[in-house]
Amino acid sequence: MTRIAGELKGFDPLPFVNGKELRRYDDFIIYSLACAATALEDSGFKIDSRNAERVGVIIGSGIGGLGTLEKAKETLIQHGPRRLSPFAIISVLANTASGLVSARCGARGPISCTVTACSSGANAVGDAFRLIAGGQADAMIAGGAEAAVCPLMVAGFNAMRALSTRNDEPEKASRPFDKGRDGFVAGEGCGILILEELSLALERGVKIYAEIAGFGLTSDAYHVAAPPPGHEGAARSMELAMKEAGLAPQDIDYVNAHGTSTPLNDIYEVQAIKAVFGESAHSIAVSSTKSMTGHLLGAAGGLEAVITVKAIEEGVLPPTVNLDNPDDECDLDFVAHRARKREVKAALSNTFGFGGVNAVLAFKKYAEG
Amino acid sequence: MSTIEEKVIEIIMEQLGVTKEECVPEAAFIDDLGADSLDIVELIMAMEENFGIEITDDELMKVRTVQDVIDFIKKKRGALN
Repeated sequence: MTRIAGELKGFDPLPFVNGKELRRYDDFIIYSLACAATALEDSGFKIDSRNAERVGVIIGSGIGGLGTLEKAKETLIQHGPRRLSPFAIISVLANTASGLVSARCGARGPISCTVTACSSGANAVGDAFRLIAGGQADAMIAGGAEAAVCPLMVAGFNAMRALSTRNDEPEKASRPFDKGRDGFVAGEGCGILILEELSLALERGVKIYAEIAGFGLTSDAYHVAAPPPGHEGAARSMELAMKEAGLAPQDIDYVNAHGTSTPLNDIYEVQAIKAVFGESAHSIAVSSTKSMTGHLLGAAGGLEAVITVKAIEEGVLPPTVNLDNPDDECDLDFVAHRARKREVKAALSNTFGFGGVNAVLAFKKYAEG
Repeated sequence: MSTIEEKVIEIIMEQLGVTKEECVPEAAFIDDLGADSLDIVELIMAMEENFGIEITDDELMKVRTVQDVIDFIKKKRGALN
């Protein structure tokens, strides 16, 4: 049985929410409020009466306030219905994160919440990109949030035999592509991006971290949880994202892999990457940052979109740590152990979810003209 | 030992995030203290828990001001004793 998880510690929410909000809302909502405020501040984007209707919010979450639901059930059983918080339902709803962020910053444009298991955050960023590209919004606050580290989640994934049981060495438990991998390590947190229509960003003269250029979305149509051998849907999703971005396989410098550290995902994802990139699969860098962060479930796509963008901005490939003995079938350049400096002009962020969802985002270094 | 009034105000401050100065007896929860109907439900639950009483939904509808809560609790506590 698994007794480990990547809990978010040392985070002070009080600069972002008051005590009343902290008591009422599940952590995934608190993380979203904190992350959205930080991202907005960093972007310098100001929402006012002139642009409010053109700014939207999509924060995905795989399972919303599961921990709150678990506690609410306990309250109901032990103390009866009269003791249930009037905020219990609101706090459980996955779209409350988007709703409260929107209310907080006054964004009155499109609002939604993607619930596509572990690809929720990537679907959110992809949908936000589409809304701007389709002319329905000028800017979007988009990403994923998850705070489901609670007994019900751990026991549930445990029942699927999906989690690592390396309880005595938690720092070594998330080891994507390694022979000794035995499942993922559940984490929690949030990753949010501010997407803005290019001409408006240029007008503001703001720092552009990277350009989001493509979004590939496919279904395996296969199994509720397992990917199929070869993971054809993942390959197709990478191809669609590149096609939309106007990128050829040889243009890609870096792939932030889904790389969960489960026996099946890692082998099939490598097969999919090889199918897409052919010979050049060995010359691109592929890493799983879940080796360091754990698997943030519905927040993973948001966080990893941020990491991919930072790889482009800083010219640094984040590593796959714990890769001591690569699996025989995992023979790509996984940037083992240590980060590496390398210019990244174009990158993909792979995110796959239960239900057969394959969401891939393509980012490019922004070049004027 | 604090009086009922003091304890009620302490709970209101904690629940609604307001100051002691704002919690005057005639302060109305919705108009003066920025509460909404869910805030009031939560506030009354905290009162029930702290004072070991039950306030019915009909009574809840009549709670408008800080003084209303103090009066209700005194009345309920009197009935208990």
